[in-house]
Amino acid sequence: MKLESKVPSGPLADKWDKHIFDLKLINPANKRKYSVIVVGSGLAGASAAASLAELGYNVSCFCYQDSPRRAHSIAAQGGINAAKNYQNDGDSVYRLFYDTIKGGDFRSREANVYRLAQVSAAIIDQCVAQGVPFGREYGGLLANRSFGGAQVSRTFYARGQTGQQLLLGAYSALSRQIGLGTVKMYNRSEMLDLVVVDGHAKGIVVRDMISGKISSYAADAVILATGGYANVFYLSTNAKGCNVTAIYRAHKKGALFANPCYTQIHPTCIPVTGDYQSKLTLMSESLRNDGRIWVPKTKGDKRNPNSIPENERDYYLERKYPAYGNLAPRDISSRSAKEACDAGYGVGETGKGVYLDFTDAFNRVGKAVIAERYGNLFEMYERITGEDPYSVPMRIYPAPHYTMGGLWVDYNLMSNVPGLHVLGEANFSDHGANRLGASALMQGLADGYFVIPYTIGDYLANHGKVKVNTDHAEFRKAEAEAVDRTKKMLSIKGKRSVDSIHKELGHVMWEYCGMGRNEAGLKTALKRIPEIRDEFWKNVTVLGSGEEINHSLEKAGRLADFLEFAELMCTDALNRNESCGGHFREEYQTPEGEAQRNDQDYCFVSCWEYKGPGAAPELHKEPLTFESIHLAQRSYK
Amino acid sequence: MKLTLHVWRQKSRDDKGRLEIIEANNVSTHMSFLEMLDVVNEDLIAKGIDPIHFDHDCREGICGMCSMVINGVAHGHQKGTTVCQLHMRYFNDGDHIFIEPWRAKAFPILKDLVVDRSALDRIMRAGGFISVRTGGAPDGNAIPIPKDDAEKSMDAAACIGCGACVAACPNASAMLFVAAKVSQFAYLPQGRVEREKRVSAMVAQMDAEGFGSCTNHYECEAVCPKEIPASMIAKMNREYCRALKKETCGESAKSWAGA
Ligand code: FES
Repeated sequence: MKLESKVPSGPLADKWDKHIFDLKLINPANKRKYSVIVVGSGLAGASAAASLAELGYNVSCFCYQDSPRRAHSIAAQGGINAAKNYQNDGDSVYRLFYDTIKGGDFRSREANVYRLAQVSAAIIDQCVAQGVPFGREYGGLLANRSFGGAQVSRTFYARGQTGQQLLLGAYSALSRQIGLGTVKMYNRSEMLDLVVVDGHAKGIVVRDMISGKISSYAADAVILATGGYANVFYLSTNAKGCNVTAIYRAHKKGALFANPCYTQIHPTCIPVTGDYQSKLTLMSESLRNDGRIWVPKTKGDKRNPNSIPENERDYYLERKYPAYGNLAPRDISSRSAKEACDAGYGVGETGKGVYLDFTDAFNRVGKAVIAERYGNLFEMYERITGEDPYSVPMRIYPAPHYTMGGLWVDYNLMSNVPGLHVLGEANFSDHGANRLGASALMQGLADGYFVIPYTIGDYLANHGKVKVNTDHAEFRKAEAEAVDRTKKMLSIKGKRSVDSIHKELGHVMWEYCGMGRNEAGLKTALKRIPEIRDEFWKNVTVLGSGEEINHSLEKAGRLADFLEFAELMCTDALNRNESCGGHFREEYQTPEGEAQRNDQDYCFVSCWEYKGPGAAPELHKEPLTFESIHLAQRSYK
Repeated sequence: MKLTLHVWRQKSRDDKGRLEIIEANNVSTHMSFLEMLDVVNEDLIAKGIDPIHFDHDCREGICGMCSMVINGVAHGHQKGTTVCQLHMRYFNDGDHIFIEPWRAKAFPILKDLVVDRSALDRIMRAGGFISVRTGGAPDGNAIPIPKDDAEKSMDAAACIGCGACVAACPNASAMLFVAAKVSQFAYLPQGRVEREKRVSAMVAQMDAEGFGSCTNHYECEAVCPKEIPASMIAKMNREYCRALKKETCGESAKSWAGA
């Protein structure tokens, strides 16, 4: 299989402009003859659906929540990056591009990242025009904060609710189009399969989560903006419903899955308290602007943190990475926390925690200023832990948060299955092996507002004239299979609940394919996962019927796909004999314990092709070539 | 802890529904309220009983999906807290806890504690936006906005659209929800261009959905997990009066929204 990234020729800075000019256009009157399905209503999905509808396309949008406004983008706290250089501190498109490539440990596609940095400024303008209430300075201009992995202040924010405000902006644009009748919205609808006709993506199979009815929808192109797969770990900061089904089903229909092993473990989450725990809560990384991370210098020190004197504390990030200190990138901060805890310096009841301490910031600017910056985060922390972070340092621990891997896409954000486009976290393209903070929102909106509206036109102009409807045999087949799968899960009537099996899988994944990975562990995981999958298909219990609201059935369907996908993730992790970004293979580290990349052998995107049930997936490689960046060992010292 | 739950069970929209008693054993004080229900559900599943259905997703108080009335209070008695963020440390061993769905004519019950809130989406479609299309927006700093206005706008924008205000109001009014959106835009220069049309269209849709009117009970403010003040409703009323004066209410408002 030949992978064509379709990156335009010419100098990096001119590629996107040139490409836009080269793309085919569809005249305004003809756009209404084309229909597009958008799955997912987060930042990428909602912005794409709204923008395409504004252009004149007929859009159908699907989400599993009861309203498109609830997609998980809403939970992003800290902010959104943009190369505006409003702070006059030396930012530029090139610097944002460079930081993102470096942050991703040189494992992303150069041209895509450059384009992301290029369109970043327009995103801010668009959101301001929509009425997003970004934080401002007294003079009335937009305010910025700093984020991990950057030495400039380029992050725009709306208190600690930036994702919410950006999503509500996109949702308002989407709502306007729904009101105008250009978008048909399907709430509480879950995609169960992709339909491919003559090699082109032509529709989806969907379950109405209220009536249970399984039916299909046809269109001239399909966009998946269905987010990431961090819930493969069971415990993650993702919303409970986040799942891999849409992209995994597309994978089984031929779409290549790229870099599934690149997962991000976020350094600042509230530690786990017990095995009933259902999810992990993130505390925005922006807290690292003012909080200092430390552990006691003595192992197992159980004293009240406030009575541990300064010289008995180890501010390990400041010590190890003086240039970036507490703002070291996420992968590095997470790993350092794990190291400290594994070595016995961890704090809290479980010993799985480190302190995030604001005392210095209180002394420097006062509690009121800190409260203005992070008040809602402090309140949230107190609500969950019952401890007051204004008087006792917070305790934090890393947790699965974001997945850089996803379906492979070309420069047009189209997968190798023609007509199937993939946006936002669901694709692999921009963050390499590690995503920088405040870049997910940027990418989701860049894809939806400013990339797909151009690139999809090219596909539709070339291929959109072949119309199929849901009577086609491929639709009938996909629908029948989805119905069968549902029936099968309901008929097992075993002894285990869906959650109990999901927890078991999550445990294996966290243990062997989490923050640190090694060959032996991954091999163990690859042995355990099929056993758990067997257990699921033999012994799961799903009560109730398919013709009603049935949460167990919904969860079972998602878990069934996680159970297959997990194997692909471990296979990828085992295959990549290097450490890079969020993928840390313990065998490959520098003498100082930093990730040791192997550019000689692994400077490529791993693209996995599904080969049928039980067959090993086939690896295809997209080589990564860097024209304007010199590959360097990442250093934040 | 051991608790006795009195939970609203209703198989479907057409079922009559009833409170059923379910015992919750082994409840830890560290659990969130929803985690307590997860544990109860695991128990029920093991006994072959259909688990309690409730809406939830983010479990961090931001998506607005979780929705239940606990001991008569929407989202429970902890101020400024969604039920997913409510923790069991605020309950005592032996407590009886009553758990019911949002109740309002405009929010039909779908199953157990799951209700249909699509009426709120339809209000947003009527006018909860600024009519700008993608592209061509002026520079973000082109219009300076006083910090205080931006902050007030953000206070309003914090609404998570959960519908607790409706559930708490004896009139099942959605005024706080609508007022939050109207105010968010009314505080910003970008939002003022369409201010009259917006408030007229949203209020018209709110009435059409069967939500009641505000008679100043302040229950909405009391339960709002984002502590949006009822003074927003006063702001919306001022906006509405303005619109009345300009005669943009009624039919003309509708034609704008659907145009
Ligand atoms: S589950 Fe999202 S706000 Fe409660």
